[in-house]
Amino acid sequence: MTQRRTLRGQVAIAGIGESVYYKHGKSPDAQFKLLLTAILNAAEDAGIDPREIDGIASYADDGNPPDRVAAALGMKQLRFSNLVWGGGGGGGSGAVGNAAAAIYAGFADCVVVYRGLAQGQGARFGSAAHYPQAVAGEAATWIPYGMMSPAQIFAMRTTRLMHEHGIERSTMRSVAMAAYHHAQNNPRAVMHGRPLDEEKYDSSRWITEPFRLFDCCLENDGAAALILVAADRAKDLKQKPVYLLGAAQGAEYRSGAGGHNNPDYATSSFKTVGPNLFEMAQLGPEDVDVVQSYENFTGAVVMSLVEHGFCSYEEANEFITFENLIAPSGKLPLNTSGGNLAECYMHGLELNIEAVRQIRGTSPNPVANAEVAFVNSGPMVTPATNMIVGSEATL
Amino acid sequence: MSPPTKNSNAPVLPEGLPRPMPLPDGLDAPYWEAARRHELFVQRCSACRGWQWTAEWICHRCHSFDLEFEAVPGPAKIFSWQRPWHPVHPALAEACPYVIVLVEFPKADGIRMVGNLVDPPEGEIPIGAVVEPVFEDHEEADPAFTLTQWRIADST
Repeated sequence: MTQRRTLRGQVAIAGIGESVYYKHGKSPDAQFKLLLTAILNAAEDAGIDPREIDGIASYADDGNPPDRVAAALGMKQLRFSNLVWGGGGGGGSGAVGNAAAAIYAGFADCVVVYRGLAQGQGARFGSAAHYPQAVAGEAATWIPYGMMSPAQIFAMRTTRLMHEHGIERSTMRSVAMAAYHHAQNNPRAVMHGRPLDEEKYDSSRWITEPFRLFDCCLENDGAAALILVAADRAKDLKQKPVYLLGAAQGAEYRSGAGGHNNPDYATSSFKTVGPNLFEMAQLGPEDVDVVQSYENFTGAVVMSLVEHGFCSYEEANEFITFENLIAPSGKLPLNTSGGNLAECYMHGLELNIEAVRQIRGTSPNPVANAEVAFVNSGPMVTPATNMIVGSEATL
Repeated sequence: MSPPTKNSNAPVLPEGLPRPMPLPDGLDAPYWEAARRHELFVQRCSACRGWQWTAEWICHRCHSFDLEFEAVPGPAKIFSWQRPWHPVHPALAEACPYVIVLVEFPKADGIRMVGNLVDPPEGEIPIGAVVEPVFEDHEEADPAFTLTQWRIADST
């Protein structure tokens, strides 16, 4: 008989680290220096000599290659390096899953997951000024029509979500307001001291209908890192271990079909990946204490919450409210550090770090007795990924 | 597809955006060549007769490599839309807002195409409205190319 193969509880996140988070173009440090700072901070947080790191996992075509990182840190040896496919933020949780799989399989003993991204030093995601003069292939069927930025590439899924399921603008506004609310308690957040209210959201300019300014993620300079080790080793380290209970990646049938021909259009790509995650974690959405859901755009958060079973389409307008989304009192505290909208657009890896903080009890907006934290990365891209972490009590 | 199509007078968006070019491997050349003739051709599988877009070397249904390009049957209907207000490219500085539509072909296995809506109404764009193609020639480009835009049909 085949034994069930699972990563559940085998690996723990032992360290988390970040650079200072900056508005795009405001970092005094080069992107690679930001990245090294984040990794060193994560190693110190874990109580691990960074030279003992022997594996590297990243995503999103990260521009800080493992050979340079391993050399710069003086890693004694590099035993594993891995990148999740895809240029969007879909791979953050998947990179954590890959790091854990490498440890469990014996490829490496101590793997760092990182993302270093200074949009002020490279191309801004929201600008197409650097695009080539001619484009070919699938992209040639939409770029010449002025569909170029991520907001434009994903806006029509949200239009369709609103059309098919009656999702209201106030529901998307609640997602934005919860993120900004949480950022006000987070001194690291780029939008700390910049609160958002209904009037400010409603009067903000259109980026592309149906997205207003505050429906869209930030563009930032920074870096973030997590360090993973085997569960038994984590117990002897500095921090309370946060165990990986599940991780999944992928998308549903023909999700990546070209020219917006994915058969199921108004989806965040989690209709199969969500159930796969909960199956590995042996948990359901009702067991989750706190949610970190990647906001490239607010409409995608609504899709992600529904596709992971936190509510139905029919319930979404009544359930996804500001009151329900804020810590500590809400039924489903969401993006409790401020997330991509208001803490920092660290391509979603700041959400994975915040999930760890919630289990440790060190979040700027702690959820009381949080034992299970959920993260989904990069909705609407393929592959999309997610993960669930938990305290020792969940093992 | 019918009804017959008409030339647009002015392009929806200014010159200066990235222009399309056929793939060097020839996969989608019949689509771009047909657009120059003001015809809308997409892939159809010779084995299972299914329609497919965008172009690929294999039929995703039956795995036949024998795909031809044929004129896609109408009607075309607006499936989704957006209205960009923020210019993301220097060429769009004076062009916002404009409307992008995702058009669906219910009689061609629901394939979809992205284009701009010519003479869009203000406010909400009617999802489900029947649209007709408007072939937008860019003769001054080198090489010249033709984009397929959309106009809400009079009968809608």
